Amino acid sequence: MKPGSRSQFYDRFFLWLFVVAAVLVAAVVMAIIAIVAKQGFQTFGSVNPLELHFSTNWAPPEHFGALSFIVGSLAITFLAIVLGGPLGLAGAIFLAKVAPQSVRQVMRPATDLFVGIPSVVYGFIGLTVLKPVLQKIFGGSGFGLLLAGLILGIMILPTVISISEDAIRSVPRRLEMASYALGATRLQTIARVLVPAALPGIVTAFILAMARAIGETMAVAMLIGNAPQMPKSLFTPTATLTTEIVLEMGNTPFGSPWNNALFYMAFILLAISLGMILLIRLVVQRRVTAE
Amino acid sequence: MNKHALDRLATVVLYVTGAVIVGILLFFLLFILGRGLPVLTPDFIFGRPSEVAAGGGVGPQLFNTFYVLGLSLLFSLPVGVGAGIYMAEYARAGRLTYVFRLATECLATVPSIVIGLFGMILFVNAFGLGFSIIGGAAALAVLNLPVLVRVTEEALRAVPRAYREAALALGATRWQTVRKVVLPSALLSLATGVTLVTGRAFGEAAVLIFTAGTSVSRYFPDLNPLAAGETLAVHLWYVNAEALVPDAPRIAAGTAALMIIIVLFFNLFLGSLTRTLQKRLGGKTV
Repeated sequence: MKPGSRSQFYDRFFLWLFVVAAVLVAAVVMAIIAIVAKQGFQTFGSVNPLELHFSTNWAPPEHFGALSFIVGSLAITFLAIVLGGPLGLAGAIFLAKVAPQSVRQVMRPATDLFVGIPSVVYGFIGLTVLKPVLQKIFGGSGFGLLLAGLILGIMILPTVISISEDAIRSVPRRLEMASYALGATRLQTIARVLVPAALPGIVTAFILAMARAIGETMAVAMLIGNAPQMPKSLFTPTATLTTEIVLEMGNTPFGSPWNNALFYMAFILLAISLGMILLIRLVVQRRVTAE
Repeated sequence: MNKHALDRLATVVLYVTGAVIVGILLFFLLFILGRGLPVLTPDFIFGRPSEVAAGGGVGPQLFNTFYVLGLSLLFSLPVGVGAGIYMAEYARAGRLTYVFRLATECLATVPSIVIGLFGMILFVNAFGLGFSIIGGAAALAVLNLPVLVRVTEEALRAVPRAYREAALALGATRWQTVRKVVLPSALLSLATGVTLVTGRAFGEAAVLIFTAGTSVSRYFPDLNPLAAGETLAVHLWYVNAEALVPDAPRIAAGTAALMIIIVLFFNLFLGSLTRTLQKRLGGKTV
């Protein structure tokens, strides 16, 4: 083939096209970080950083204490992983090692469907099914951390299940066989061989699930009660970073301290999410060096 | 209790777990459909919404949902698939590849509300698009992008190495190999992946509230991409949170059921379609 022929030109051309696409993806991430940070950090022109991080007094335009939102976000994330994590892990073990083929063929599309249900529909289900139940049992309005946490726990199931299942499945067969050969039961093999060997993958699944929970907006906004106050119990109407942004972003003038403070809250969310990715890198790296 | 009894108990517990997970799903689906199906008359599905009186429909929202979705794929497919091809076919292990992969992972974890705010500043304000169908589509494209990169890369990596070697040995260039050999063999799993991406973007609301807006055009159907672009998902949130109409619960139930039916269609029908095609073409299951 002559250099400079038509096919070689196309070869070059498309290589560069693909490079541009990859660069564009990276550029979008950086643009998101830069734009949200730039807008968010303008808050500190008029708001004391100490107040924003450590006060619970949210009374714009005078006071911008965002602590209760940060606590709210962390609390529902914790609740979601406590409620949904073990259930999802058990589901993953069941799918990977216990369920017969026929059961798996039903359950796998089912977990895919969990992902497909829109988060507003999850919120709607929480409102119409779960809220009346909580009201009846515990009294009060029903809105609060527990209601949002319960629905979030279900929403993170597919993340926990699919990644944990992959991790358990990819444990080398010989480890499992060796365990059985030593006379271990299936439970012993699962608990002492499979889960420990798959632990980095399971931890990754849990971290990704938490990232999903802390960033979830619509379902939580419909269930948390939307009151800018510190949660005193699981049933106090409260707010999270995401719900406060959705609630107030539309009513505040762009560029005002109030609006900027909301952008700073978005920046906190972004920092937590990206921190989780780095955490996963750390977990996976540890496994590689351990081998 | 001896270890065998314990083992049997654990098996029972795991079966119950599986049943609980599938049971929750079935209950959710049946509940939503049971409550919403009676609302789904042609008047509701294709009718126009009403601001204050009862009896409004969701026609424009349904139209906008697919319009925004289609436009967003128009933006994100070339870039996402292109970047995925680069990662699977060209990228060598090294620092640059590491950065690209990290960037894709980061983009995939950015909370959707943050993407919504980014879209609001960039597309709605800076580009002057306003709360519009095209503004929403651009923001939604950002959300789709990392998932598209991943499904493309996975689909291409599943193509056996020998195919490429054979093509290259015959004197094909890299691009000819990709276009004539790799992409055709990966097409079905690629299509499945894109369907999944579409299904996920379909129900997204947080990205769209501050980019596509919470209102619809006065005209229906309005093809103008600069028209206000409230979708079904945003509408469901809006009627619950702020609407003035007296029949908000009815509209919410109907909208939720309509969305679930579309999601079921995406998952079941298109899923079985690709499986059948795969069998027809005699391909392996990927």
